[in-house]
Amino acid sequence: MRTIRALALLPFLALLVGPFFVNRVTPAIFGMPFLLAWIVAWIVITAAIMAVIFRFDPANREDAQ
Amino acid sequence: MNGALIGIAAAALLALGLGFLARRGRNIGLEQWTVAGRSFGAPLVFLLMAGEIYTTFTFLGGSGFAYGKGGPAYYILCYGTLAYVLSYFMLPPIWRYARDNRLYSQSDFFVRKYDSPTLGVVVSLVGIVALIPYLVLQFKGLGIIVQTAGYGAISSTLAVWIGAAVATAYVMVSGVRGSAWTAVAKDTMILVVVVFLGLYFPLRYYGGLGPMFAAIEAAKPGFTVLPAHGENAWWFSSTVLLTALGFYMWPHTFGSIYTARGTRVIRQNAIVLPIYQLILLFVFLAGFAAILQVPGLSGVDVDLALFKLSTKSFDPWVVGVIGAAGVLTALVPGSMILTTAATLIAQNLYRAVDRSASDERVLRIAKLSVPVIALVAVYFTLAGGQTIVALLLMGYSFVTQLFPSLVLSLGGGKWVAREGAIAGIVVGVATVAAVSLTHTTVATLVPSLPAGIKELNVGIVALAVNFVTLSVVSVGASLLVPMQRPLADVSGASSRAWPRRRTDRFWPES
Repeated sequence: MRTIRALALLPFLALLVGPFFVNRVTPAIFGMPFLLAWIVAWIVITAAIMAVIFRFDPANREDAQ
Repeated sequence: MNGALIGIAAAALLALGLGFLARRGRNIGLEQWTVAGRSFGAPLVFLLMAGEIYTTFTFLGGSGFAYGKGGPAYYILCYGTLAYVLSYFMLPPIWRYARDNRLYSQSDFFVRKYDSPTLGVVVSLVGIVALIPYLVLQFKGLGIIVQTAGYGAISSTLAVWIGAAVATAYVMVSGVRGSAWTAVAKDTMILVVVVFLGLYFPLRYYGGLGPMFAAIEAAKPGFTVLPAHGENAWWFSSTVLLTALGFYMWPHTFGSIYTARGTRVIRQNAIVLPIYQLILLFVFLAGFAAILQVPGLSGVDVDLALFKLSTKSFDPWVVGVIGAAGVLTALVPGSMILTTAATLIAQNLYRAVDRSASDERVLRIAKLSVPVIALVAVYFTLAGGQTIVALLLMGYSFVTQLFPSLVLSLGGGKWVAREGAIAGIVVGVATVAAVSLTHTTVATLVPSLPAGIKELNVGIVALAVNFVTLSVVSVGASLLVPMQRPLADVSGASSRAWPRRRTDRFWPES
Protein backbone atom coordinates (compact mmCIF):
# COMPACT_ATOMS: atom_id res chain seq x y z
CA MET A 1 0.00 0.00 0.00
CA ARG A 2 2.76 2.42 -0.80
CA THR A 3 0.43 4.48 -2.98
CA ILE A 4 -1.35 5.60 0.16
CA ARG A 5 1.74 7.64 0.94
CA ALA A 6 0.69 9.99 -1.88
CA LEU A 7 -1.88 11.36 0.59
CA ALA A 8 1.05 13.18 2.19
CA LEU A 9 1.02 15.58 -0.78
CA LEU A 10 -2.36 16.99 0.18
CA PRO A 11 -1.16 19.11 3.16
CA PHE A 12 1.45 20.70 0.88
CA LEU A 13 -1.20 21.61 -1.69
CA ALA A 14 -3.55 22.92 0.99
CA LEU A 15 -1.02 25.05 2.86
CA LEU A 16 1.26 26.18 0.01
CA VAL A 17 -1.26 26.65 -2.82
CA GLY A 18 -4.43 27.00 -0.77
CA PRO A 19 -3.70 30.47 0.70
CA PHE A 20 -3.86 31.98 -2.81
CA PHE A 21 -7.52 30.97 -2.99
CA VAL A 22 -8.76 31.19 0.58
CA ASN A 23 -7.15 34.46 1.65
CA ARG A 24 -10.38 35.98 2.95
CA VAL A 25 -11.99 37.04 6.22
CA THR A 26 -15.49 35.71 5.51
CA PRO A 27 -17.24 33.42 6.05
CA ALA A 28 -16.04 33.29 9.64
CA ILE A 29 -15.88 29.77 11.08
CA PHE A 30 -16.10 29.36 14.86
CA GLY A 31 -15.52 33.11 14.86
CA MET A 32 -12.16 32.78 13.08
CA PRO A 33 -11.32 34.48 9.78
CA PHE A 34 -11.72 32.00 6.91
CA LEU A 35 -7.95 31.83 6.18
CA LEU A 36 -7.14 30.96 9.80
CA ALA A 37 -9.96 28.41 9.97
CA TRP A 38 -8.67 26.80 6.74
CA ILE A 39 -5.19 26.44 8.19
CA VAL A 40 -6.45 25.05 11.50
CA ALA A 41 -8.70 22.58 9.69
CA TRP A 42 -5.79 21.39 7.55
CA ILE A 43 -3.57 20.86 10.57
CA VAL A 44 -6.19 18.50 11.98
CA ILE A 45 -6.63 16.81 8.59
CA THR A 46 -2.85 16.44 8.28
CA ALA A 47 -2.68 14.59 11.59
CA ALA A 48 -5.48 12.29 10.37
CA ILE A 49 -3.66 11.69 7.08
CA MET A 50 -0.44 10.81 8.89
CA ALA A 51 -2.38 8.41 11.11
CA VAL A 52 -3.81 6.68 8.01
CA ILE A 53 -0.36 6.45 6.41
CA PHE A 54 1.05 5.07 9.66
CA ARG A 55 -1.73 2.49 9.87
CA PHE A 56 -1.05 1.10 6.39
CA ASP A 57 2.74 1.45 6.40
CA PRO A 58 4.38 -2.00 6.32
CA ALA A 59 7.53 -0.43 7.81
CA ASN A 60 5.79 -0.16 11.16
CA ARG A 61 5.39 -3.90 11.35
CA GLU A 62 8.94 -4.69 10.24
CA ASP A 63 10.79 -2.83 12.93
CA ALA A 64 8.38 -2.66 15.80
CA GLN A 65 11.14 -1.97 18.28
CA MET B 1 9.22 39.37 47.23
CA ASN B 2 5.90 39.56 45.42
CA GLY B 3 3.71 36.66 44.31
CA ALA B 4 4.92 36.82 40.74
CA LEU B 5 8.56 36.45 41.74
CA ILE B 6 7.83 33.38 43.83
CA GLY B 7 6.36 31.65 40.78
CA ILE B 8 9.33 32.58 38.63
CA ALA B 9 11.88 31.48 41.24
CA ALA B 10 10.01 28.20 41.68
CA ALA B 11 10.26 27.58 37.92
CA ALA B 12 14.01 28.12 37.94
CA LEU B 13 14.44 25.77 40.93
CA LEU B 14 12.15 23.18 39.35
CA ALA B 15 14.22 23.24 36.16
CA LEU B 16 17.42 22.87 38.15
CA GLY B 17 16.02 20.02 40.25
CA LEU B 18 14.59 18.07 37.31
CA GLY B 19 17.74 18.71 35.32
CA PHE B 20 19.91 17.17 38.05
CA LEU B 21 17.49 14.32 38.76
CA ALA B 22 17.61 13.34 35.11
CA ARG B 23 21.00 11.69 35.52
CA ARG B 24 20.14 9.84 38.71
CA GLY B 25 21.65 6.38 38.90
CA ARG B 26 23.37 6.70 35.55
CA ASN B 27 26.94 6.85 34.57
CA ILE B 28 26.87 9.45 31.85
CA GLY B 29 29.24 8.70 29.00
CA LEU B 30 29.45 10.50 25.68
CA GLU B 31 26.55 8.59 24.14
CA GLN B 32 24.36 9.16 27.21
CA TRP B 33 25.20 12.85 27.40
CA THR B 34 24.68 13.66 23.72
CA VAL B 35 21.88 11.31 22.60
CA ALA B 36 20.67 9.71 25.87
CA GLY B 37 21.91 6.30 24.72
CA ARG B 38 19.26 6.27 21.95
CA SER B 39 16.75 5.10 24.51
CA PHE B 40 13.84 7.56 24.44
CA GLY B 41 10.33 6.41 23.68
CA ALA B 42 7.69 8.49 21.90
CA PRO B 43 6.83 10.82 24.83
CA LEU B 44 10.37 12.05 25.52
CA VAL B 45 11.25 12.40 21.84
CA PHE B 46 8.00 14.30 21.46
CA LEU B 47 8.99 16.67 24.26
CA LEU B 48 12.43 17.27 22.79
CA MET B 49 10.97 18.02 19.38
CA ALA B 50 8.28 20.18 20.94
CA GLY B 51 11.12 21.95 22.74
CA GLU B 52 12.22 23.30 19.39
CA ILE B 53 8.76 24.62 18.54
CA TYR B 54 7.76 26.34 21.74
CA THR B 55 10.60 28.62 22.58
CA THR B 56 10.41 32.15 23.93
CA PHE B 57 10.14 33.18 20.31
CA THR B 58 6.78 31.44 20.09
CA PHE B 59 5.59 32.69 23.44
CA LEU B 60 6.59 36.34 23.02
CA GLY B 61 7.27 36.52 19.30
CA GLY B 62 4.22 34.53 18.18
CA SER B 63 1.79 36.70 20.09
CA GLY B 64 3.80 39.79 19.13
CA PHE B 65 3.72 38.80 15.45
CA ALA B 66 -0.07 38.37 15.52
CA TYR B 67 -0.37 41.69 17.38
CA GLY B 68 1.91 43.61 15.04
CA LYS B 69 1.36 42.00 11.64
CA GLY B 70 -1.83 39.95 11.84
CA GLY B 71 -2.43 37.36 9.10
CA PRO B 72 1.19 36.77 8.01
CA ALA B 73 1.82 35.29 11.50
CA TYR B 74 -0.14 32.19 10.40
CA TYR B 75 2.94 30.99 8.55
CA ILE B 76 4.31 29.78 11.91
CA LEU B 77 1.35 27.38 12.14
CA CYS B 78 1.95 25.99 8.66
CA TYR B 79 5.65 25.29 8.37
CA GLY B 80 5.85 23.00 11.37
CA THR B 81 2.93 20.97 10.08
CA LEU B 82 4.62 20.41 6.70
CA ALA B 83 7.95 19.69 8.39
CA TYR B 84 6.29 16.88 10.38
CA VAL B 85 4.89 15.38 7.19
CA LEU B 86 8.41 15.40 5.72
CA SER B 87 9.76 13.98 8.98
CA TYR B 88 7.74 10.79 8.56
CA PHE B 89 9.73 9.90 5.45
CA MET B 90 13.02 11.68 6.01
CA LEU B 91 13.89 10.94 9.64
CA PRO B 92 13.72 7.12 9.87
CA PRO B 93 16.60 6.58 7.39
CA ILE B 94 18.61 9.25 9.24
CA TRP B 95 17.96 7.52 12.57
CA ARG B 96 18.94 4.07 11.24
CA TYR B 97 22.15 5.41 9.72
CA ALA B 98 22.98 7.21 12.96
CA ARG B 99 22.43 4.07 15.03
CA ASP B 100 24.44 1.82 12.73
CA ASN B 101 27.35 4.28 12.69
CA ARG B 102 27.00 5.41 16.29
CA LEU B 103 26.66 9.09 15.42
CA TYR B 104 26.36 11.78 18.09
CA SER B 105 25.82 14.99 16.17
CA GLN B 106 24.30 16.32 12.99
CA SER B 107 27.76 16.97 11.61
CA ASP B 108 28.70 13.31 12.23
CA PHE B 109 26.03 12.41 9.71
CA PHE B 110 27.67 14.50 7.00
CA VAL B 111 31.14 13.27 7.99
CA ARG B 112 30.12 9.65 7.53
CA LYS B 113 27.89 10.03 4.49
CA TYR B 114 30.48 11.97 2.57
CA ASP B 115 33.49 10.44 4.29
CA SER B 116 34.80 13.94 4.97
CA PRO B 117 35.71 15.39 8.38
CA THR B 118 36.23 18.69 6.53
CA LEU B 119 32.56 18.74 5.58
CA GLY B 120 31.86 18.02 9.26
CA VAL B 121 33.79 21.13 10.24
CA VAL B 122 31.91 23.24 7.67
CA VAL B 123 28.52 21.94 8.84
CA SER B 124 29.49 22.49 12.49
CA LEU B 125 30.55 26.06 11.88
CA VAL B 126 27.29 26.81 10.07
CA GLY B 127 25.43 25.18 12.97
CA ILE B 128 27.27 27.09 15.69
CA VAL B 129 26.90 30.43 13.89
CA ALA B 130 23.16 29.81 13.67
CA LEU B 131 22.78 28.39 17.21
CA ILE B 132 24.48 31.15 19.21
CA PRO B 133 22.07 33.91 18.10
CA TYR B 134 19.22 31.49 18.76
CA LEU B 135 20.54 31.01 22.30
CA VAL B 136 20.87 34.78 22.66
CA LEU B 137 17.21 35.07 21.65
CA GLN B 138 16.24 32.67 24.46
CA PHE B 139 18.26 34.62 27.03
CA LYS B 140 16.84 37.92 25.80
CA GLY B 141 13.31 36.50 26.06
CA LEU B 142 14.05 35.24 29.55
CA GLY B 143 15.23 38.68 30.63
CA ILE B 144 12.11 40.35 29.22
CA ILE B 145 9.79 37.82 30.86
CA VAL B 146 11.35 38.01 34.31
CA GLN B 147 11.54 41.79 34.26
CA THR B 148 7.96 42.25 33.05
CA ALA B 149 6.30 39.45 35.02
CA GLY B 150 8.30 40.31 38.14
CA TYR B 151 7.09 43.93 37.95
CA GLY B 152 10.68 45.10 37.66
CA ALA B 153 11.88 43.60 40.97
CA ILE B 154 14.62 41.65 39.17
CA SER B 155 16.50 43.35 36.37
CA SER B 156 16.68 41.56 33.06
CA THR B 157 20.49 41.50 33.36
CA LEU B 158 20.35 39.55 36.63
CA ALA B 159 17.69 37.24 35.18
CA VAL B 160 19.88 36.47 32.16
CA TRP B 161 22.84 35.56 34.41
CA ILE B 162 20.71 33.34 36.65
CA GLY B 163 19.05 31.64 33.68
CA ALA B 164 22.36 31.00 31.97
CA ALA B 165 23.83 29.57 35.18
CA VAL B 166 20.86 27.23 35.74
CA ALA B 167 20.93 25.87 32.17
CA THR B 168 24.72 25.50 32.22
CA ALA B 169 24.64 23.60 35.50
CA TYR B 170 22.12 20.97 34.55
CA VAL B 171 23.44 20.54 31.02
CA MET B 172 26.93 19.85 32.36
CA VAL B 173 25.53 17.27 34.75
CA SER B 174 22.87 15.54 32.68
CA GLY B 175 23.28 16.51 29.03
CA VAL B 176 20.28 15.93 26.79
CA ARG B 177 18.48 14.00 29.55
CA GLY B 178 18.31 17.22 31.54
CA SER B 179 16.59 18.96 28.64
CA ALA B 180 14.07 16.16 28.24
CA TRP B 181 13.15 16.10 31.93
CA THR B 182 12.76 19.85 32.25
CA ALA B 183 10.69 19.73 29.07
CA VAL B 184 8.09 17.68 30.96
CA ALA B 185 7.49 20.62 33.30
CA LYS B 186 7.74 23.18 30.55
CA ASP B 187 5.29 21.65 28.11
CA THR B 188 2.73 20.90 30.81
CA MET B 189 2.82 24.48 32.03
CA ILE B 190 2.90 26.13 28.65
CA LEU B 191 -0.04 24.03 27.45
CA VAL B 192 -2.21 25.06 30.38
CA VAL B 193 -1.14 28.71 30.35
CA VAL B 194 -1.41 29.32 26.62
CA VAL B 195 -4.74 27.57 26.10
CA PHE B 196 -6.14 29.45 29.07
CA LEU B 197 -4.93 32.84 27.86
CA GLY B 198 -6.04 32.19 24.27
CA LEU B 199 -9.59 31.45 25.41
CA TYR B 200 -9.83 33.81 28.38
CA PHE B 201 -8.72 37.08 26.77
CA PRO B 202 -11.16 36.99 23.81
CA LEU B 203 -13.99 36.00 26.17
CA ARG B 204 -13.30 38.59 28.81
CA TYR B 205 -12.64 41.55 26.56
CA TYR B 206 -14.89 40.81 23.58
CA GLY B 207 -17.35 38.10 24.62
CA GLY B 208 -15.90 35.47 22.28
CA LEU B 209 -13.83 34.81 19.18
CA GLY B 210 -16.43 36.01 16.69
CA PRO B 211 -16.93 39.42 18.30
CA MET B 212 -13.16 39.80 18.77
CA PHE B 213 -12.32 39.22 15.11
CA ALA B 214 -15.28 41.40 14.09
CA ALA B 215 -13.93 44.23 16.27
CA ILE B 216 -10.45 43.85 14.78
CA GLU B 217 -11.90 43.78 11.26
CA ALA B 218 -13.86 46.95 11.99
CA ALA B 219 -10.78 48.74 13.35
CA LYS B 220 -8.24 47.38 10.84
CA PRO B 221 -9.93 45.89 7.76
CA GLY B 222 -8.07 42.92 6.29
CA PHE B 223 -5.61 42.72 9.21
CA THR B 224 -6.38 39.07 9.99
CA VAL B 225 -5.64 37.81 6.48
CA LEU B 226 -2.68 38.25 4.12
CA PRO B 227 -2.20 41.74 2.64
CA ALA B 228 -2.12 42.33 -1.13
CA HIS B 229 1.34 43.87 -0.90
CA GLY B 230 4.35 42.99 1.19
CA GLU B 231 3.73 39.78 3.08
CA ASN B 232 1.23 38.46 0.52
CA ALA B 233 0.35 34.92 -0.52
CA TRP B 234 3.58 34.55 -2.54
CA TRP B 235 5.64 35.58 0.46
CA PHE B 236 3.59 33.29 2.69
CA SER B 237 3.86 30.22 0.50
CA SER B 238 7.59 30.56 -0.20
CA THR B 239 8.38 31.28 3.46
CA VAL B 240 6.38 28.27 4.66
CA LEU B 241 8.19 26.03 2.17
CA LEU B 242 11.66 27.29 3.09
CA THR B 243 11.14 27.09 6.83
CA ALA B 244 9.58 23.63 6.51
CA LEU B 245 12.70 22.41 4.71
CA GLY B 246 14.97 24.07 7.26
CA PHE B 247 13.02 22.86 10.31
CA TYR B 248 14.96 19.65 10.97
CA MET B 249 18.25 21.16 9.80
CA TRP B 250 18.72 22.92 13.14
CA PRO B 251 21.51 20.94 14.80
CA HIS B 252 19.63 20.53 18.09
CA THR B 253 16.44 19.36 16.37
CA PHE B 254 18.43 17.00 14.18
CA GLY B 255 20.22 15.70 17.28
CA SER B 256 16.92 14.99 19.03
CA ILE B 257 16.16 12.41 16.32
CA TYR B 258 19.09 10.32 17.58
CA THR B 259 17.62 10.03 21.07
CA ALA B 260 14.73 7.91 19.75
CA ARG B 261 14.56 4.22 20.65
CA GLY B 262 13.46 3.25 17.14
CA THR B 263 11.98 4.52 13.91
CA ARG B 264 8.44 3.73 14.96
CA VAL B 265 8.73 6.35 17.71
CA ILE B 266 9.61 8.94 15.08
CA ARG B 267 6.67 8.00 12.84
CA GLN B 268 4.26 8.14 15.76
CA ASN B 269 5.41 11.63 16.54
CA ALA B 270 4.70 12.71 12.97
CA ILE B 271 1.02 12.09 13.77
CA VAL B 272 0.87 13.84 17.12
CA LEU B 273 3.09 16.85 16.55
CA PRO B 274 0.82 18.58 13.99
CA ILE B 275 -2.00 18.59 16.54
CA TYR B 276 0.29 19.93 19.24
CA GLN B 277 1.15 22.72 16.82
CA LEU B 278 -2.34 24.07 17.49
CA ILE B 279 -1.02 25.50 20.78
CA LEU B 280 0.21 28.30 18.55
CA LEU B 281 -3.38 29.11 17.62
CA PHE B 282 -4.00 30.08 21.23
CA VAL B 283 -0.82 32.17 21.30
CA PHE B 284 -2.15 34.05 18.28
CA LEU B 285 -5.58 34.51 19.85
CA ALA B 286 -3.93 36.11 22.89
CA GLY B 287 -1.92 38.37 20.59
CA PHE B 288 -5.04 39.36 18.64
CA ALA B 289 -6.89 40.10 21.86
CA ALA B 290 -4.15 42.54 22.84
CA ILE B 291 -4.52 44.62 19.65
CA LEU B 292 -7.42 46.71 20.87
CA GLN B 293 -6.68 46.35 24.60
CA VAL B 294 -3.04 47.45 24.81
CA PRO B 295 -2.76 49.44 21.58
CA GLY B 296 0.24 51.45 20.52
CA LEU B 297 3.11 48.98 21.00
CA SER B 298 5.48 49.13 18.06
CA GLY B 299 8.93 47.97 17.01
CA VAL B 300 10.49 45.46 19.39
CA ASP B 301 7.84 46.28 21.99
CA VAL B 302 5.20 44.18 20.17
CA ASP B 303 6.82 41.19 21.86
CA LEU B 304 5.54 42.53 25.17
CA ALA B 305 1.90 42.37 24.02
CA LEU B 306 1.08 39.14 25.86
CA PHE B 307 2.65 40.22 29.14
CA LYS B 308 1.27 43.76 29.00
CA LEU B 309 -2.23 42.36 28.63
CA SER B 310 -1.55 39.82 31.40
CA THR B 311 -0.33 42.35 33.95
CA LYS B 312 -3.34 44.51 33.08
CA SER B 313 -5.76 41.61 33.59
CA PHE B 314 -4.54 39.46 36.48
CA ASP B 315 -3.35 39.37 40.07
CA PRO B 316 0.42 39.12 40.47
CA TRP B 317 0.33 35.41 41.33
CA VAL B 318 -1.31 34.58 37.98
CA VAL B 319 1.29 36.69 36.22
CA GLY B 320 3.87 34.70 38.19
CA VAL B 321 2.53 31.42 36.79
CA ILE B 322 2.64 32.84 33.27
CA GLY B 323 6.15 34.12 33.94
CA ALA B 324 7.20 30.70 35.26
CA ALA B 325 5.97 29.08 32.05
CA GLY B 326 7.86 31.72 30.11
CA VAL B 327 11.09 31.07 32.02
CA LEU B 328 10.84 27.34 31.26
CA THR B 329 10.25 28.02 27.56
CA ALA B 330 13.57 29.84 27.56
CA LEU B 331 15.53 27.31 29.63
CA VAL B 332 14.55 24.11 27.80
CA PRO B 333 15.47 25.14 24.25
CA GLY B 334 18.45 27.02 25.70
CA SER B 335 19.75 23.85 27.33
CA MET B 336 19.25 21.84 24.12
CA ILE B 337 21.21 24.43 22.19
CA LEU B 338 23.99 24.36 24.79
CA THR B 339 24.29 20.56 24.62
CA THR B 340 24.27 20.58 20.84
CA ALA B 341 26.75 23.39 20.34
CA ALA B 342 29.10 21.80 22.88
CA THR B 343 28.85 18.46 21.08
CA LEU B 344 29.66 20.11 17.76
CA ILE B 345 32.72 21.77 19.23
CA ALA B 346 34.05 18.63 20.90
CA GLN B 347 33.00 15.93 18.47
CA ASN B 348 33.37 17.71 15.15
CA LEU B 349 35.88 20.51 15.64
CA TYR B 350 38.20 19.11 18.33
CA ARG B 351 38.03 15.52 17.12
CA ALA B 352 38.70 16.59 13.53
CA VAL B 353 42.09 17.78 14.78
CA ASP B 354 42.82 15.13 17.42
CA ARG B 355 41.60 12.01 15.60
CA SER B 356 42.70 9.57 18.29
CA ALA B 357 40.89 11.31 21.15
CA SER B 358 38.95 8.94 23.41
CA ASP B 359 35.22 9.33 24.00
CA GLU B 360 35.99 10.32 27.61
CA ARG B 361 38.21 13.13 26.45
CA VAL B 362 35.66 14.36 23.90
CA LEU B 363 32.97 14.35 26.58
CA ARG B 364 35.19 16.33 28.94
CA ILE B 365 35.80 18.92 26.24
CA ALA B 366 32.09 19.08 25.43
CA LYS B 367 31.25 19.72 29.09
CA LEU B 368 33.91 22.39 29.39
CA SER B 369 32.57 24.09 26.27
CA VAL B 370 29.12 24.52 27.85
CA PRO B 371 29.99 27.45 30.17
CA VAL B 372 32.08 29.04 27.43
CA ILE B 373 29.16 29.00 24.97
CA ALA B 374 26.82 30.27 27.67
CA LEU B 375 29.17 33.15 28.46
CA VAL B 376 29.46 34.12 24.79
CA ALA B 377 25.67 34.14 24.54
CA VAL B 378 25.30 36.17 27.75
CA TYR B 379 27.82 38.66 26.38
CA PHE B 380 25.85 39.15 23.16
CA THR B 381 22.58 39.29 25.08
CA LEU B 382 23.77 42.08 27.34
CA ALA B 383 25.85 43.93 24.73
CA GLY B 384 22.96 43.90 22.27
CA GLY B 385 24.13 45.34 18.99
CA GLN B 386 23.17 44.91 15.39
CA THR B 387 25.49 42.01 14.59
CA ILE B 388 23.58 39.52 16.63
CA VAL B 389 20.24 40.70 15.29
CA ALA B 390 21.53 40.30 11.75
CA LEU B 391 22.81 36.80 12.54
CA LEU B 392 19.52 35.87 14.11
CA LEU B 393 17.58 36.83 11.01
CA MET B 394 19.99 34.77 8.93
CA GLY B 395 20.13 31.72 11.24
CA TYR B 396 17.17 29.89 9.80
CA SER B 397 18.35 30.51 6.23
CA PHE B 398 21.84 29.32 7.19
CA VAL B 399 20.74 25.92 8.45
CA THR B 400 18.34 25.52 5.52
CA GLN B 401 21.43 25.44 3.28
CA LEU B 402 22.23 22.00 4.73
CA PHE B 403 19.05 20.56 3.26
CA PRO B 404 20.13 19.76 -0.34
CA SER B 405 23.28 17.80 0.53
CA LEU B 406 21.50 16.04 3.38
CA VAL B 407 18.44 14.93 1.46
CA LEU B 408 20.47 13.95 -1.62
CA SER B 409 22.63 11.67 0.52
CA LEU B 410 19.61 9.74 1.82
CA GLY B 411 18.47 7.77 -1.20
CA GLY B 412 20.80 6.37 -3.79
CA GLY B 413 22.18 9.86 -4.38
CA LYS B 414 25.69 8.71 -5.24
CA TRP B 415 26.27 11.56 -7.63
CA VAL B 416 26.89 14.22 -4.97
CA ALA B 417 30.63 14.52 -4.34
CA ARG B 418 31.96 15.76 -1.02
CA GLU B 419 33.45 18.75 -2.84
CA GLY B 420 29.98 19.46 -4.24
CA ALA B 421 28.37 19.29 -0.79
CA ILE B 422 30.98 21.60 0.72
CA ALA B 423 30.83 24.09 -2.17
CA GLY B 424 27.02 24.13 -2.17
CA ILE B 425 26.80 24.84 1.57
CA VAL B 426 29.54 27.49 1.53
CA VAL B 427 28.11 29.31 -1.50
CA GLY B 428 24.55 29.02 -0.15
CA VAL B 429 25.54 30.49 3.22
CA ALA B 430 27.52 33.26 1.51
CA THR B 431 24.48 34.07 -0.64
CA VAL B 432 22.26 34.28 2.44
CA ALA B 433 24.72 36.63 4.13
CA ALA B 434 25.16 38.83 1.04
CA VAL B 435 21.43 39.02 0.37
CA SER B 436 20.56 39.80 3.99
CA LEU B 437 23.27 42.37 4.57
CA THR B 438 22.54 44.26 1.35
CA HIS B 439 18.75 43.96 1.86
CA THR B 440 18.37 42.40 -1.56
CA THR B 441 14.90 41.13 -2.45
CA VAL B 442 13.52 39.15 -5.35
CA ALA B 443 12.11 42.46 -6.61
CA THR B 444 15.59 44.03 -6.86
CA LEU B 445 17.07 40.90 -8.45
CA VAL B 446 14.38 40.37 -11.08
CA PRO B 447 12.52 43.70 -11.49
CA SER B 448 10.58 42.37 -14.47
CA LEU B 449 8.51 39.91 -12.41
CA PRO B 450 4.80 40.62 -11.89
CA ALA B 451 4.15 42.66 -8.76
CA GLY B 452 2.80 39.89 -6.50
CA ILE B 453 5.53 37.35 -7.27
CA LYS B 454 8.23 39.88 -6.35
CA GLU B 455 7.39 39.20 -2.71
CA LEU B 456 8.79 35.65 -2.90
CA ASN B 457 11.10 34.93 0.02
CA VAL B 458 14.63 35.67 -1.15
CA GLY B 459 15.86 32.54 0.65
CA ILE B 460 14.64 30.59 -2.40
CA VAL B 461 17.47 32.25 -4.36
CA ALA B 462 20.16 31.08 -1.92
CA LEU B 463 18.81 27.54 -1.96
CA ALA B 464 18.79 27.50 -5.77
CA VAL B 465 22.36 28.87 -5.94
CA ASN B 466 23.39 26.21 -3.43
CA PHE B 467 21.82 23.41 -5.48
CA VAL B 468 23.33 24.58 -8.78
CA THR B 469 26.81 24.87 -7.20
CA LEU B 470 26.47 21.43 -5.63
CA SER B 471 25.48 19.90 -8.97
CA VAL B 472 28.14 21.61 -11.06
CA VAL B 473 30.98 20.84 -8.63
CA SER B 474 29.85 17.22 -8.18
CA VAL B 475 29.67 16.58 -11.91
CA GLY B 476 33.01 18.36 -12.35
CA ALA B 477 34.63 16.26 -9.61
CA SER B 478 33.39 13.02 -11.11
CA LEU B 479 34.74 14.00 -14.55
CA LEU B 480 38.17 14.94 -13.19
CA VAL B 481 38.78 11.85 -11.10
CA PRO B 482 36.34 9.21 -12.28
CA MET B 483 38.02 6.19 -10.70
CA GLN B 484 39.88 7.22 -7.61
CA ARG B 485 37.32 8.17 -5.04
CA PRO B 486 34.08 6.88 -3.69
CA LEU B 487 31.39 9.54 -3.77
CA ALA B 488 28.67 9.87 -1.17
CA ASP B 489 28.88 6.87 1.13
CA VAL B 490 25.56 5.15 0.57
CA SER B 491 26.48 1.76 1.95
CA GLY B 492 27.29 3.04 5.40
CA ALA B 493 30.79 1.59 5.34
CA SER B 494 33.42 4.22 5.77
CA SER B 495 36.91 3.77 4.43
CA ARG B 496 38.55 6.65 6.29
CA ALA B 497 40.11 6.17 9.69
CA TRP B 498 37.44 8.15 11.48
CA PRO B 499 37.52 7.06 15.11
CA ARG B 500 35.82 3.71 15.57
CA ARG B 501 33.62 3.33 18.57
CA ARG B 502 34.82 0.99 21.23
CA THR B 503 31.62 -0.90 21.67
CA ASP B 504 29.70 -2.87 19.11
CA ARG B 505 26.30 -2.91 20.75
CA PHE B 506 23.59 -1.59 18.47
CA TRP B 507 21.06 -0.89 21.19
CA PRO B 508 23.04 0.22 24.19
CA GLU B 509 19.97 0.70 26.29
CA SER B 510 16.39 -0.15 25.59
